[in-house]
Amino acid sequence: MAGARGLALKRPSAIPGFGLALGFTLTYLSLIVLIPLAALAIKAASLGASGFWEIVTAPRTLAALRVSFVISFIAAAINVVFGVIVAWVLVRYRFPGRRLLDAVVDLPFALPTAVAGIALTAIYARNGWIGGLLDPFGIKIAYTPWGIGVALVFIGLPFVVRTVQPVLEDFEREIEEAAASLGASRRQTVFMVMLPALLPAILTGFVLAFARAVGEYGSVIFIAGNIPFVSEIAPLLIVIKLEEFSYAQATAIAAAMLGIAFIVVLLVNLIQAWQRKRSGHE
Amino acid sequence: MSEVSLAADVVIEDRARSVTTERRRVRFSLILVAVAFLVLFLLLPLFAVFSEALRAGFEGYWQAISTPDAVAAIKLTLLVAAIAVPANLIFGLAASWAIAKFEFPGKSFLNTLIDLPFSVSPVISGLVYVLLFGLQGYFGPYLQSQGIQIIFAVPGIVLATIFVTFPFVARELIPLMQEQGTQDEEAALSLGASGFKTFLLVTLPNVKWALLYGVILCNARAMGEFGAVSVVSGHIRGKTNTMPLHVEILYNEYNFAAAFAVASLLALLALVTLVVKIGLEWRYADQIAGSARH
Repeated sequence: MAGARGLALKRPSAIPGFGLALGFTLTYLSLIVLIPLAALAIKAASLGASGFWEIVTAPRTLAALRVSFVISFIAAAINVVFGVIVAWVLVRYRFPGRRLLDAVVDLPFALPTAVAGIALTAIYARNGWIGGLLDPFGIKIAYTPWGIGVALVFIGLPFVVRTVQPVLEDFEREIEEAAASLGASRRQTVFMVMLPALLPAILTGFVLAFARAVGEYGSVIFIAGNIPFVSEIAPLLIVIKLEEFSYAQATAIAAAMLGIAFIVVLLVNLIQAWQRKRSGHE
Repeated sequence: MSEVSLAADVVIEDRARSVTTERRRVRFSLILVAVAFLVLFLLLPLFAVFSEALRAGFEGYWQAISTPDAVAAIKLTLLVAAIAVPANLIFGLAASWAIAKFEFPGKSFLNTLIDLPFSVSPVISGLVYVLLFGLQGYFGPYLQSQGIQIIFAVPGIVLATIFVTFPFVARELIPLMQEQGTQDEEAALSLGASGFKTFLLVTLPNVKWALLYGVILCNARAMGEFGAVSVVSGHIRGKTNTMPLHVEILYNEYNFAAAFAVASLLALLALVTLVVKIGLEWRYADQIAGSARH
């Protein structure tokens, strides 16, 4: 639209204040977000490819990245299963306490991560409400990689529920009725008609939960035990490197994390585009 | 229409089950799974905070939250939020005015950039400011020669908090103002109102609930932020400790009751935030943007 107008900065409008609003927006955005992130990129680039590679492939760094990405993936997958069930129940069924439950879903958004971290640790420690129940069976959650998983499930759940819920609300009942009238069982309708239609939303929720989990710090460090090579997450390694004043190493790990997270998000965007294309052709 | 059929679900007996719902047994099990999961993973931690906080009784609780260090942490948290939230509020208004009321090239790219801080790890949000303003950072030596300290001081905490709460207000306002279009403003302007008056008396009232919605979410995150603030704070007791950082220090000193007491104040803030948020969603759903559910 604007391209057709050549060099015109914006479409003519009777409303004033464009220059001021956009100028302030761009200045503030640059000062707070863009310049600081550029500093990270410049610092990472100044390490050179070999310097960067050396830091990122150090055994401890690789282990931390693996812990972060693998457990985040598992936690996001768990959130997909339970998040879809929760969204389904909240949208489709009416039962006492439903609105309260709906409100509870947002708790991880509102509860500070450090508070969630110490609370989860208290629950899953050996003398905690759940940890105490599991301890006789030799199952330990707190201070193990499982603990990281619990914290990441906690903080990731609302992303899946809140992405799937609105799509499910808008899902047309006529489609289900059509499937049923064509002889599909309820199970077939749900798994072969509805879930495929919900898949883009589910994938989006998965990626949001995954991305959040990879970067998460506050809720994890209390429950993780933070043992190098076992339960040390990448964000914690960044903090440790910073405390050692190893700015270069902290920067390289941060850049690697951002890079991998960016690729993952890009991949899923591609999958979604493909999904839309496919369903459009069907 | 769907409301009617949903309500009908409850009364329809299994024999006469509607084709668009599941068997009663399946429905019951799914509700049970959802409730159990939410109670176990979300509600239990919340109860644990208050239960642990009151373990030392009300007296111990009061003592924990009234020590000078705790009071200093509470004051700093309030101060940081009092700077970060208005800053992002003004930004949100400017950004939504520019994006929603005008057409210009690169608009959707700008929209994407505004959401960027949400996809950056909190730790990295703190790190970038250390790289800029830390002693070994790009501006570190200059700042030191001027006697200005940003990292391990309050300005760094404020900056990191602004970064992590950056998109909250803007992302609530932009879709709503886009939806509302420009007719109201054009009418006001054509009737002779000034640009500023139009903004104040026409635009602002149109978005006030979405604005409040964004502000309370922004505030909750600003007061509760841990990772980003932890990196830039230096953890100086009584000086650069916000409430979440104070919780961490107490916890690492095995002073659990005190840690949970301070944590319970933050949990209360979260509860108040949720109540206001839900109140706004129920009463003013149509006046809050479509993205409000996120």
